[in-house]
Amino acid sequence: MSKLIATRGILGAHSIVNKAEAKLHEAMDAKGPNEPVEFPNTGYYLPVIYGLTGMKVEKLADMEPVLKLARELLPEPPRERVWLPYLGPLLDAGIATLFAEEIHEACRYVVGPPPAEGIWLGAATDVIMRERGVEFVDGRAPGFAAVVGAAPDNETAVKLAREMQQKSLYVFMAGHDRGRSFAQQLADEGVQLGWESRLVPFGEEVYSQIYSMGFATRAAMAFGGIAPGDYQRILRYNKNRIFAFVIALGEVTDEWYATAAGAISYGFPTIADSDIPQILPTGVCTYEHVVSNVPHDKIVNKAIEVRGLKIKITEVPIPVAFGPAFEGETVRKVDAYFEAGGGRSPAFELVESAPMEEVEDGRITLIGPDLDQVPEGSVLPLGILVRVAGRKMQEDFEPVLERRIHYFINYAEGAWHTAQRDLVWVRISKKSQQRGLRIRHFGDILYTQFKSEFLSVVDKVEVTLITEEARVRELLTQARQRYAARDARLAGLTDEAVDTFYSCTLCQSFAPNHVCTVTPERVGLCGAVSWLDAKAAYEITPTGPNQPIPKGECLDEVKGRYTGVDQFTYTASRGHLESVNLYTLMENPMTSCGCFEAIMVVVPEANGIMIVNREFTGMTPCGMKFSTLAGMVGGGQQTPGFMGIGKSYIISKKFIRADGGLPRVVWMPKELKEFLRAGIEERAKELGIPDLYDKIADETVGTTPEEILPFLEEKGHPALTMDPIM
Amino acid sequence: MANRSVDPAALEMLARADAEGYSTAFSRAEQMKPCPIGAEGACCRNCYMGPCRLVGKDADEKRGVCGADVHVIAARNFVRAVAAGAAAHSDHGRDLALTLLAVARGETDGYQIRDEAKLRRVAGYLGIPSEGRPKEQVAEEVALRLLNDFGRQEPGFVSYVSRAPKKRQEIWARYGVTPRAVDREVVEGLHRTHIGVDQEPEHLLDHAVRTALSDGWGGSMLATDLSDVLFGTPGARTSAANLGVLKADEVNIVLHGHEPTLSEMIVAVCQEPELQAYAVSKGATGINLAGICCTANEVLMRQGIPSAGNFLHQELALLTGAVDAMVVDVQCVFAGLGELAPKFHTEFITTSPKAQIRGARHIEFDEQHAREIARQIVRIAIDNFPNRRREVHIPGYKKDLVAGFSHEYIEYMLGGRFRASFRPLNDNIINGRIFGAAAVVGCNNPRRTQDEATLYIIKELLAHNVLVVATGCGAIGAGKYGYLQPELMEACGSGLREVLEAVGIPPVLHMGSCVDNSRILTVLSAVVAEGGLGDDLSDLPAVGIAPEWMSEKALSIGTYVAASGVYVLMGSESPVKASSEVTEIMTRGWEKKFGGRMEFEPDPEAIVRKALDHIQAKREALGIHQAKERELFDMEKRRELVV
Repeated sequence: MSKLIATRGILGAHSIVNKAEAKLHEAMDAKGPNEPVEFPNTGYYLPVIYGLTGMKVEKLADMEPVLKLARELLPEPPRERVWLPYLGPLLDAGIATLFAEEIHEACRYVVGPPPAEGIWLGAATDVIMRERGVEFVDGRAPGFAAVVGAAPDNETAVKLAREMQQKSLYVFMAGHDRGRSFAQQLADEGVQLGWESRLVPFGEEVYSQIYSMGFATRAAMAFGGIAPGDYQRILRYNKNRIFAFVIALGEVTDEWYATAAGAISYGFPTIADSDIPQILPTGVCTYEHVVSNVPHDKIVNKAIEVRGLKIKITEVPIPVAFGPAFEGETVRKVDAYFEAGGGRSPAFELVESAPMEEVEDGRITLIGPDLDQVPEGSVLPLGILVRVAGRKMQEDFEPVLERRIHYFINYAEGAWHTAQRDLVWVRISKKSQQRGLRIRHFGDILYTQFKSEFLSVVDKVEVTLITEEARVRELLTQARQRYAARDARLAGLTDEAVDTFYSCTLCQSFAPNHVCTVTPERVGLCGAVSWLDAKAAYEITPTGPNQPIPKGECLDEVKGRYTGVDQFTYTASRGHLESVNLYTLMENPMTSCGCFEAIMVVVPEANGIMIVNREFTGMTPCGMKFSTLAGMVGGGQQTPGFMGIGKSYIISKKFIRADGGLPRVVWMPKELKEFLRAGIEERAKELGIPDLYDKIADETVGTTPEEILPFLEEKGHPALTMDPIM
Repeated sequence: MANRSVDPAALEMLARADAEGYSTAFSRAEQMKPCPIGAEGACCRNCYMGPCRLVGKDADEKRGVCGADVHVIAARNFVRAVAAGAAAHSDHGRDLALTLLAVARGETDGYQIRDEAKLRRVAGYLGIPSEGRPKEQVAEEVALRLLNDFGRQEPGFVSYVSRAPKKRQEIWARYGVTPRAVDREVVEGLHRTHIGVDQEPEHLLDHAVRTALSDGWGGSMLATDLSDVLFGTPGARTSAANLGVLKADEVNIVLHGHEPTLSEMIVAVCQEPELQAYAVSKGATGINLAGICCTANEVLMRQGIPSAGNFLHQELALLTGAVDAMVVDVQCVFAGLGELAPKFHTEFITTSPKAQIRGARHIEFDEQHAREIARQIVRIAIDNFPNRRREVHIPGYKKDLVAGFSHEYIEYMLGGRFRASFRPLNDNIINGRIFGAAAVVGCNNPRRTQDEATLYIIKELLAHNVLVVATGCGAIGAGKYGYLQPELMEACGSGLREVLEAVGIPPVLHMGSCVDNSRILTVLSAVVAEGGLGDDLSDLPAVGIAPEWMSEKALSIGTYVAASGVYVLMGSESPVKASSEVTEIMTRGWEKKFGGRMEFEPDPEAIVRKALDHIQAKREALGIHQAKERELFDMEKRRELVV
């Protein structure tokens, strides 16, 4: 019965709090109270503690009041008879456990053993959190499973992992069952672990599940815009937005119970394979709280049902697993059965629309040999030609659909795809080849995926795959003409040339007050939604998150203020925002959900702005790292002087036009600068400052205003002589 | 004799009373039949042209001297009863407001603001800014504001009305029954029922409603809140109930009445080593405090002081010969104690400036000297310990219990400190594990077998998965039979049992004294606000039941609960039975206006049946009477959820 769970959970909490205290003493004795402590490259301090209490842990001594709070939260286990209510105290014990676990893990970063060692990854950096967070936002990841313990055998472990991957779930692994751990079982079987494959091994002890809770807590602050310390909303956000659950494999220990109790406060139920008591009445979680004795072949589905999760899966008739979780899986050259493109052979992919009568729906043609006819290690030419027809299909949607090829092919286990158009590069692994995966199956994949995801715009889909060199070369020429025509059309697509922008509120599942306005010349800040994407998405789902915004009257051409945009923003932000200027960061700038590719910030000393991309973890001239900055701009707040953006907006003609445009940019990380080199140089030429690229400082010049100013002066950076930005 | 009580402890004491020739309420009730005319509300004593009795076959045709018919008379009598009940609860509330004011101004001895968080929450209810202000300043403003709810003359309404759901407030406003101020409604009620004023039954009853609402959402609610501020908001704690809590070898002090102010101080001083030592010096092994009636509930909820029993146990406690002092304040204290106490050695001590009783020693209580007075009383009790003249006979019956379910604690126990809410309660009502909720409250009445109806109704409701909360003497009744023990969840239907087991609670939740019925209003309002069960109290699958009521306070409670939209079932015969019209107004009439009704139903089986039917009807209206398919959430659905 529940009382047993309460008893054991509370005992477990006492044990973990004691261990955390001992660990803290160890760290203090070794390093002193002022030793800095953090999870590397993360904002939000120790995120569970910070999120639920608002307390910032920056040095070891800061942990003491947290530990004191954990102690206060610790109840006594329920009495044998005439016991007092134990659910509330158990949940308190769960929270105390999370605080203690976070302290324990953070101390390991100070005095060891290091959390990231061997197969274990430890805390997720902010780069990962934001990158992966986007998938939680847009639904590519419907939730995560926190797996504790180990399967009875490796085979079962692999089966469970594959099942969860196929359902697109992230699998966060920590804790062992009598020395065996789920992650180690997968590693032993050669399963690729890591964020890319969504199989994330956090740590060997159950304490390391704190990183799951930290991930969830950071999501609430970063995307939900919820203030640290507002524990009620942070936990409710998790209950209603982050569909996670705990799968307990093996003998449930007191400490597991305690950790599970902590998860319940987040709305994350526990599903166990062992015969432990259940807690079925609903309320703290959406449905049941603890469900036990579930056989392994049913446990994933049971967990999904208990959490109240709806997962859309399209069955693809191929002999290997398929799902977004396999997108990040790599196929190394040595593991490849075959490859195509990537400079090794001619290759391309193209989606083109055609008249209805010219497309035969469901027809998949392969011209040339397939993988059962070529030897291991072959390099083949490859053409992927998808012809689509539909009453609502528009030529403009071709690139939108075409870009999806990358994802769809990657979704197949053992298939690897990168780049696009005539730069595409594809591999299929030996393992998958052995299991029967063929080039022909790309046709099945693309057919079923286009039909399921773009049903309202494509009525017919026909796929032709070519591995015959002459035919590939012939079609490649035609494809290049098509690309060029498209680019020309895109170049003419300006904000002035259209009368409708599109909203993107995809992130509102995470950031309830945020509204993106996507225009032809301003890509969504996540970099993933262009105006054409949004337009196509609207055609596909007319009630979806991309809605047309009639521009209305232009109130300020320079700043980019439109009556239509204001009205839409006001309603869609639930009255939070009254006005948005599209081309400035100084006055009513566009808000951010949290999944921006980059952040720009005013550097008053240089009369300019700096831009930092999320991959850059170092210090920047504004005195803050990306992770700290992200905390200031996320969650749908307007913060003049700060703005989250998509990288390609930087080379748009409309880039902060009201603030002086590209010439305002005084600093960018080298990597970002390189990435945008061609675009920046082109824009610079148009602006009459052909050497602008070299005038922009990067971290090799310096990471403080004092360090970069002499450089800017020496190079004669245009920002220095522009109108004052503030 | 067997039909006097179902409580073996009571029967044991009654046997002693009979054997030794003592009268008790039980025996007096047997000797004195109720006046049949007054019982039905057909006797008017409001002027001295009468009293007029409108009885007989042609009662409907009869008129009083002034020309009033039986409907006007029954309605007037009812208004007066409600006014008296509301006055009692509210005067209790007023004293607490005055105590808080005195504490805020540093004018008391030994009292303090025990629950500052609650004070600030109360300030929040009242729109009084509290952040960054010292608690004394906030307390003073809170006290003054709430005192104004008694005597407000200028336009305006009792402050706490705003805590009801919006829709409920609109209903009250629509029928002009929003209470203005406690004293004003009580005074107006007396005025209206004076000879020759208000003589239209429905108009009279509307005022009864308004007066009762000034109690439930006024005097009682603020009494609860301010008691929490001064003495701490109750949380779950263990104790015991029934006469077996008295101890043969200790000084037994029984606290009886209704208010917490003096009793809390007595509890505090009893911990003092000097008094403990003093007790030992007199041959006792310690000091044992026990309660009777609602004072018992107050100190049980906050301090875990055991209860020696409910209302009808007050004389039985003395009959044990073990009570060295019985200390009383106000309400429900039998005059008979004054005659009974001297026959034993018991020091019977009245303390309220409002209540003196012949045969009692009066030691008047005031907040300025609270601690000293409390010590004095305890010393008298200790001094009296060696005077036990009679054989001590303590029945060996008591049951352990868990009490302390304030609405704040209920929220806490359902989600812990970080997820406290009523969501799990709502969810499990919606999914049908909990069929509905019932408040089983009220008194004992020697006209009925003690505890029998209460016990039967609780048992049946639990078996039908109805969550039961209890206050007052009904709650102690439940405790005497073990229903306040978590172990007794066996007695419940399987759905309810699952919930009790998940949370670790007893089948019946003890929510406090009779003024604490306001806690039930707060819980119901919070349940409505939590969502999923309609937008008004009248939508909830809930009933209020007072199986063994006897006091005017019970009528006030029944009326405000009904006018808050809840179906109220009062056990025993109707005090307005003589008037078909008044009965009609209270049932169908109120149902139409307020969505709740008050029925008098002497048959416990019928009460259970009606309660279950009502809950079923409300479930159907909410569309939760059938199991629903589990809703699974895709991204789009999630976007609709509030964060």
